[in-house]
Amino acid sequence: MNPFHYSKPDTVQAAIDLSSPVSRFIAGGTNLLDLMKENLTRPEHLIDITGLPLADLSETPSGGVMIGALVSNADLAWHPWIERRYPLLSQAILAGASPQLRNMASTGGNLLQRTRCYYFYDANVPCNKRQPGSGCPARDGLNRIHAIFGASDQCVATHPSDMCVALAALEAVVHVLGRGGARTIEFADFHRLPGDAPERDNQLADDELVTAIELPAPGFAEHSHYLKIRDRASYAFALVSVAAALELDGPVIRQARLALGGVAHKPWRDRAVESWLNGKTVSRETFTAAADALLQNAEPLEHNGFKVRLARRAIVRALSDAALGVAPQGGQA
Amino acid sequence: MNASSQSIGQSLDRVDGLLKVTGQARYAGEYPEDGLLHGSVVSSKIARGRVLRIDASRALALPGVVAVIDHANRPRIASYDEPYQDADAADGSPFRPLYNDQILYSGQPLALVVAENLELARYAGSLIEIDYEAQDHQTDLAILQNEAHPAPAELPKPRGNFQGEYASAALSVDVSYSTPIEHHNPMEPHASTVLFQPDGSLHIHDKTQGTQNCQAYVQKVFGLEMEQVRVFAAFVGGAFGSGLRPQYQLPLAVMAALALKRSVRVSLTRQQMFTFGYRPRTLQRVQLGAAANGRLLAVAHTAVGQTSRFEDFTEHVVEWSGMLYHCDNVTLTYKLVPLDVYTPLDMRAPGAALGLIGLECAMDELACALAIDPVQLRLINYAERNENEGKPYSSKELRECYAQGAQRFGWDKRNPEPRSMREGRQLVGWGMAGGVWEAMQQKASAKASLDTDGKLTVSSATTDIGTGTYTVMTQIAAESCGVSLENVTFVLGDSSLPTAPLQGGSFTVSSVGTAVQQACEALKEKLLAVARQACPAFSGATLEQVVFVDGQLRLGEASVALAELAQKKRRDAVAGPGHRRTGRKTPGLRHRYPFGGVRRSVGG
Amino acid sequence: MSATLSEATQASFVRHPIRLTLNGQVRELQVLPWTTLLDLLREQLDLVGSKKGCDHGQCGACTVLRDGKRINACLTLAVMCDGAELTTVEGLASDDQLHPMQQAFIKHDAFQCGYCTPGQICSAVGLANEGRAQTRGQISELMSGNLCRCGAYTNIRDAIEEALPLCQQGGDQ
Repeated sequence: MNPFHYSKPDTVQAAIDLSSPVSRFIAGGTNLLDLMKENLTRPEHLIDITGLPLADLSETPSGGVMIGALVSNADLAWHPWIERRYPLLSQAILAGASPQLRNMASTGGNLLQRTRCYYFYDANVPCNKRQPGSGCPARDGLNRIHAIFGASDQCVATHPSDMCVALAALEAVVHVLGRGGARTIEFADFHRLPGDAPERDNQLADDELVTAIELPAPGFAEHSHYLKIRDRASYAFALVSVAAALELDGPVIRQARLALGGVAHKPWRDRAVESWLNGKTVSRETFTAAADALLQNAEPLEHNGFKVRLARRAIVRALSDAALGVAPQGGQA
Repeated sequence: MNASSQSIGQSLDRVDGLLKVTGQARYAGEYPEDGLLHGSVVSSKIARGRVLRIDASRALALPGVVAVIDHANRPRIASYDEPYQDADAADGSPFRPLYNDQILYSGQPLALVVAENLELARYAGSLIEIDYEAQDHQTDLAILQNEAHPAPAELPKPRGNFQGEYASAALSVDVSYSTPIEHHNPMEPHASTVLFQPDGSLHIHDKTQGTQNCQAYVQKVFGLEMEQVRVFAAFVGGAFGSGLRPQYQLPLAVMAALALKRSVRVSLTRQQMFTFGYRPRTLQRVQLGAAANGRLLAVAHTAVGQTSRFEDFTEHVVEWSGMLYHCDNVTLTYKLVPLDVYTPLDMRAPGAALGLIGLECAMDELACALAIDPVQLRLINYAERNENEGKPYSSKELRECYAQGAQRFGWDKRNPEPRSMREGRQLVGWGMAGGVWEAMQQKASAKASLDTDGKLTVSSATTDIGTGTYTVMTQIAAESCGVSLENVTFVLGDSSLPTAPLQGGSFTVSSVGTAVQQACEALKEKLLAVARQACPAFSGATLEQVVFVDGQLRLGEASVALAELAQKKRRDAVAGPGHRRTGRKTPGLRHRYPFGGVRRSVGG
Repeated sequence: MSATLSEATQASFVRHPIRLTLNGQVRELQVLPWTTLLDLLREQLDLVGSKKGCDHGQCGACTVLRDGKRINACLTLAVMCDGAELTTVEGLASDDQLHPMQQAFIKHDAFQCGYCTPGQICSAVGLANEGRAQTRGQISELMSGNLCRCGAYTNIRDAIEEALPLCQQGGDQ
C-alpha cells in the first residue's frame, strides 16, 4: 500500500469538495484496500465517508425503498422490508462474499467494485483497464471467468457483483451527488460496457459520490429467484448467475425480468427476451426458448464456452424456481 | 508394561488447546522485540533469465528503510552445494537465495527490503525497479513430456511378462490421468523471526517441520558454529510438507540479521506461498489386463512428473501399483521433465496421493468393464504379501476394512448402473478406493526428567504442526511413567533438544514416541535404583516386580511417591535419555504399511 | 525520480489519534493512516491472537468483532476505528472462565494447528450475535468466510452447533 493522506469530513458537500483526481472515497474498504494492497490503485488521499448521514433506509412516496449508500450489505440483506418485499435482492446479497465482508461492505461500494480478472490483478502483465493501450492478455489467454456478452477487442472482463444483478432486474435507480449537483442514473446505464475505454467501469465522474439506491415499488416478492453457480459451494464469484423475477396471472406471465451475472462487464439484460415472455405461459419450453433467444448472440472465448450451456440451464432453472415461488436454499444439505 | 493404562486410548482434549483458543499460542512471526526490523521480499516477474539491474534508490530514500539486500550486496553465503542440502533435499543443486543474477523461476526472491515497520517495508518493496533480461521459458509438463528422463529413484524391477499377458488378456483398460500442481498453503504463511543475541548468536523462530534441519542449514550456509544458531518452533500453523525444507525467507532473514547485526523478521505474503515447493503435476498412464473372472494378469503404470532444472525431485508414485494387488506381471516406470519452475516438495502422502489416483481409477474402470463390483474386484486381487519385495506383511486388515466400510455405507444398496441414483435434484454416484502408505520409523531421541514436585518433563526437538505431537507425547510419557497427565509437560520445537527427525512421513509417533517411551523406561530404572537404596521395602526389587502408577512406585502394599524419590536423590531432577536407533528397514523383518479405504458419495 | 518526499507523502506519515474500546478497555492510540486494524493489533499492541492468513479478506483468520459484528481486520484501517468497540480472541474469556465458544472448540477438538482458530471462534461469536443460523447447513453457509486448511470443519461445526444456543442466551459480544 502506498502512503496516503486521510480525511474524515462531516458533510457530503465537504466530502465532494475534498475530492480530486488523486483521491478516493472509502467506506467499507473491502475492495479498495484489496486493490491498494496489490498496488493496483494508489490514491494519495482517502476520504472516509463513513461519518456521513447516508446510512438510512426509508420508504419512498411511490411505494419503493430508498437505501442509503452506507447501509451495509448485511444490514440490507436482512432488513425486514427487503426480505419481505425484495427477496431477490436479499438472496443475491447473501450469495456473495462472506459474512465478514457483508458486514463491512457498503451498498454504494458494491456497485463500484472492480473486476476480478486475473490479468487486471497482476501488475506484471499488460491490461487495458489498468493501463489504457497496453493490451488485453485475457482475450487470448486464460479466459475461463470472462465475458460472453458485450466484450470488446480491448477488454473481456466481467463485473463480479451479485447484488448488482438483482438491482438490474429490479430496475433500481442510483442517486449521485457531485460538484455539478445531484442526478439520478438508471441502473441499466450505471455500469458501462468496455468499448474502447475499458478503464471506465461506470458513468460516475471522479467527483461524484453515490448517495443512495432507490428501489421502485415492484419487488416481485412472490415470484423471484437468484441462482448463482460457482466452482465452490460458497464464497466464490459467479461463473454464471441469474436474477429471475416474474409477475404472474395464474400461469400467464405479465412481466418478466431476467438479468445475468458473471457474463459481461455489467449485469446483462435482454429487453427483447423479457418482452417476448409477456403473455407466455409458464413452462419449461417457454423458458428454454427464452434462454435460447438470449444466448443466441453469445460470443464465447476459448475457455468459457461452457458458460453458454451453463447459462441456458441456469436461466431455465431460475425462471422455473421463480414461477414456483421456491424458497432459496439456506445452506448445504 | 508395568504402568497401568491411564492415558493411551483415552479421548483427550489437546494439551495445547487452551493456548490455541485464547490466542496465546505464538507462531513464528509473532515474537516481538524492541527495534525489530521487518523484511519484505521482492519477487521475480519472469520465469527465466537474468537480473540486469536492481535500482533500490527510491526505496532507500524513504526514512526508516534500513537496507535493500540483493545478490550484489548480500553477505557471504556458501558457494558449493553441500551446505544447502538439507535433510529433505532432492538430488541436484539446491536453490541458493540471492546467490547471483540468474532467474530460475517465476516468483524467485530477488531482493529483501528491510525497514523499521511492516508497511514501510512493503511499500518500499513496491518502489524497487528491476531490469530483466528475459529468456524463453517452459513451464508446461504436457508440452515437454517426450523429453522426460528416468527419475533417479530405485523402482521395483519389472516382474513376469507384462507385454505378453496384457496383449492376451480377456479384458484390458488403458487409461491416462493427469493430476495438477497443489500448493501446501497452510493457514500460516511462512515466516522467520531472527533475534540477534548480544553475543552475536541467533535465536530464530521459524515456521518449520524440522528445527534441527533449519539449524544445520543456517549454520552451514552462513559458516556459523552450531552453538551460534538455535531454532525454535513452538507452534506451527499447518505445514503439510512445506516445512520439511528451509524456505527462502529463513536465509534472507538471517542475511539481514547478520549484515545489520539487528533482529529481523521476514514473513511471506500469501501470494509468495506459491513461490516455493509444491506437489508436482503428473501425467500418468495405467494399463490393466484381467481375466474374465477379474484376476489381474498384467499391470503397467507410467508416471511423468515435473521438476526444476536444478534438482530432480522424486517421490513414490508408481510403486503402489506393484503391491496393492496380487499380480505376477508388472512393469513400473517413472520419469521426470525439468522445467523452469521451483523444485517440488513433499506434500501429504507424497507420491501415493498421486499414484493411487491412477491405479484406483483404473481399477474402477476395470470393474465397470468386467461388470464386477469394485469391492469384489479388490478382494479377488487381494495381496497377501508385498509382491514388490516378496515379504509378508506384519499384519493386514484390509479385508475387514472393506467389509466394515461396505456395511457402514450400505454398499449393498448401491446400483452399479451409472446415473441410476438420485437425491432430490442431484444425481448421486458412489465409489470406493483403496489406500496404502508406509509405516516408517526413524532415529529419534528424547529426554525425560522428574522434578522434586513429581512433575515429569519430557522433551525432543520435534514439532507439532497440528498433528497433536504435544498431546500424544504427553499421553505416552504419562502412561509410561504412571504419572497423571496434568503432571506431564512435553517440550518440543527447539533445536537444542534431543535429536528428532523431520516431522513428516507419518512417523513422528512411532519414532519420537518410542524414544519418549525409552527415555521414560530409563528414568524408571533410575527411580527404582533410588528406591532400592533408600527404601527398605524396595530393596532388591526388579523392574518387572514393581508398578508405576498415580505418580508412585509400588511393590505389593509398599509405595513411595516419585517426587519423594527425586527429593532423595538430592538433585533437581532424575533424568533419563532415550535413543531409538531402528531405521526404516530391518533385513529379514516383515513390512509395515497401513492400509485404508475411502468411500465417497458425490452429488452432481 | 526525486529523492525527496512530496508534501502529500509527508502528510501520510502524520499519526492520527484514535480512541477505541478494545476488549473492554478504553485505548487512546496514535496510528498512521495505512496501518490496518490487524497490523495495529499484531505489531503495535502485541495482540497476536488475530492471525494474518492472506491479508486480503479471503481466509477469515483475522476475524474480530466490531460493535458485535464480525469483520476482517486485514481490510479495516485502524484510523477508521475511532469510536469503535472491538473484541478480539484475547477478550472473549472472562477472568476465570472461557467463553462458551472457546470451551466448545476444546471439547469438540475443533482445531489442529490452531492458526485459523481465533478467527473461527470470533466469527462464530459473531454468528451467534446475528441469530440467523438454525440448521447445520446454515452454520456451514454462514461460516464460509473462515477457511481451515487442516480440515477441522466437521468438528468446528459440531462445536458451533453446541455453543450457539449458549451464546445466544448470554447475549454475548
